[in-house]
Amino acid sequence: MVFHLDKCIGCHTCSIACKNVWTDREGTEYMWWNNVETKPGTGYPTKWEDQESYKGGWKTDGKKLELRSTSKRKIVPNIFHNPSQPSLDDYYEPWTYDYSELFNAPEGDDQPVARPVSMITGEPLDLEAGPNWDDDLGGSEVYAANDPNLDVLSDQQQQQMKAIERMVMFYLPRICNHCLNPSCVASCPSGAMYKRGEDGIVLINQDRCRAWRSCISACPYKKTYYNWSTGKSEKCILCFPRLESGEAPACFHSCVGRIRYLGNVLYDADRIREAALLPDDALVEAQRDTILDPEDPAVLDAARRCGIPEGVIESAQKSPVYRFAKEWKLGLPLHVEYRTFPMLFYVPPLLPVMSVSEGDLVRSDVDELFADIEKARAPIAYLGKLFAAGNEGKVRYALRKQLAVRIWRRHCTVGDVDEAAARLALNEADCSPEQADEIYRLSALATWDDRFVIPPFQREMAMEMIADPHEHRSAAGFGFRDAPRRS
Amino acid sequence: MNDYVLFGVLPYVVMVVFLVVTIQRYRMKAFSYSSLSSQFLENQHHFWGSVPFHYGILVVLMGHVVAFLMPKAILWWNAAPLRLVLLEVTGIAFAVLTLVGLVNIMLRRVSRRLARRVTTPADWVVYALLLVQVLSGIGVAVFHGWGSSWFATNLSPWLWSLVTLSPDVRFVAPLPAMVKVHIVNSFLLIGFFPFTRLVHILVVPNQYLWRRTQVVIWNWDRSRVRSVD
Repeated sequence: MVFHLDKCIGCHTCSIACKNVWTDREGTEYMWWNNVETKPGTGYPTKWEDQESYKGGWKTDGKKLELRSTSKRKIVPNIFHNPSQPSLDDYYEPWTYDYSELFNAPEGDDQPVARPVSMITGEPLDLEAGPNWDDDLGGSEVYAANDPNLDVLSDQQQQQMKAIERMVMFYLPRICNHCLNPSCVASCPSGAMYKRGEDGIVLINQDRCRAWRSCISACPYKKTYYNWSTGKSEKCILCFPRLESGEAPACFHSCVGRIRYLGNVLYDADRIREAALLPDDALVEAQRDTILDPEDPAVLDAARRCGIPEGVIESAQKSPVYRFAKEWKLGLPLHVEYRTFPMLFYVPPLLPVMSVSEGDLVRSDVDELFADIEKARAPIAYLGKLFAAGNEGKVRYALRKQLAVRIWRRHCTVGDVDEAAARLALNEADCSPEQADEIYRLSALATWDDRFVIPPFQREMAMEMIADPHEHRSAAGFGFRDAPRRS
Repeated sequence: MNDYVLFGVLPYVVMVVFLVVTIQRYRMKAFSYSSLSSQFLENQHHFWGSVPFHYGILVVLMGHVVAFLMPKAILWWNAAPLRLVLLEVTGIAFAVLTLVGLVNIMLRRVSRRLARRVTTPADWVVYALLLVQVLSGIGVAVFHGWGSSWFATNLSPWLWSLVTLSPDVRFVAPLPAMVKVHIVNSFLLIGFFPFTRLVHILVVPNQYLWRRTQVVIWNWDRSRVRSVD
């Protein structure tokens, strides 16, 4: 998965698509398997990135890898009360309105008002917080100022950010990262959570989930949620029923800005553990190293020996995720320092300076067409904390390359940048003209088939891999999940 | 006669109900096999109910099981008065811990609006039975002392007579009323067990301690996988 943040317009269409398909049931009203946050901001649940209090993800001393929340050692004494479990207050209490008031209120001088009522208890509710309460409040002293990522900035940098406050913000759409080293799976006492071998989707077996809620504390992204009504944890399933019928997940399909890319990659699971033991600033590269080149004959040979079907290998070769994350090094994992190795890569946003505030005035007279990324509104250190575990070089590389592609395309289409300057920019950004054209094409012109390369997981074919269809037909009869036998 | 019904027949009725319903519920409705946690809805008061209750009842229950399985060992231990007092005091202390937890659990379920939302009538049956059980247990320990010894001499033989399908209620008949309440109520608890949240006891996640850290499940039979294009 790749999310191209430079293209996200923060419309929340993805969130609504997901909400309407998956989380409009009792017990799931507060859940947003897909949500879009404003950065800087506190996010959902509030301050989820503050692992000192939420205790998500892994920690390591270089030799051992351990869950920050309830590891095997810590589960026994803590099983009766999860010490790092977020509660409803950390999200928000879902509500609706008592619309009947609008019709039934007695005649009077005032407009009738529909009171908010809790969707959990049905009682009237005083609203204190709700979904996207901090939407677009990039300069807010309440929300943006409490962003846990700001602590990497020096006082001076924070002052600079404040000087241009209310102008710095970007959107961060988030779904389950379907991590390579998922801490939720590792924490599940019941063994109900698992990663599907075929496509890496992380799922919760609802029949085996016993509501110990360890996954909720262990997931550093807070992307597993507790359904208070069924007593089960639920999470993004990457719309696997849609994937299995060749469709893109609902949030991907509905994305207005077309920022989302989906594809599979071949990776070496044996490298995950040693990669997770490395220091923070080596993690981005270590995760990239686990992703294998799908054109390399040795890799192909190993994949075939491991029973990876041809169709899956072919889609790995066409995968836009491989392009962005590995080949072009534009895609970066969100908070890789949690060591779960999220498989959702973000292309960091270019936040060019468009205007300068002088006292109460705003002057929009920036001379250069493409300002230097060092002058971007959000400090590189802030983006580095989000997308590269503090390794600013990785962010700088991705931003510089994006900028170089723009300069190159300006040269190609408008022509007011001369070729030598454009080539120089590309050269400095470690990018060839051919690669720049490819990046441009996949970023700006990509069709459905370019953006979503879904391996052939079609249901009927999946069945062929489990059982002989002819045998299954005569054994299963019509419409039964189990064979129609009495015993 | 009454004694025979309560201590010779009821245990068997209860055990049949327990076994049949427990197994059938697991087979038909594994989805419901857990205690519906409400910590997500109310996270503060929860600690003061759940933690003391569980630690208390685990120790107390373990004491009962040991006395049932190894009555001779208990009698040997109790032969020295100091050890007897130590055992009794420990038992009472953990029983009081259980009571504190249980009272907190019930208060929380009444007073916190979100916890109330997910509390069912079946939960109240469980809480009522548990309250009777814990109160009568503490009552027995305080008013009919040295229970650890006479459990070993009277109740263990009776329980073993039940196990060997030759119920002998003479061991129980002469016991005080409060002890009888405690015993009958315990069988009611076992009888209600499979219909309530108590089934979570049967699915404690012990396999977690030795399973592999990560779980990967393949639907494909990778040894027989074929090209799908």
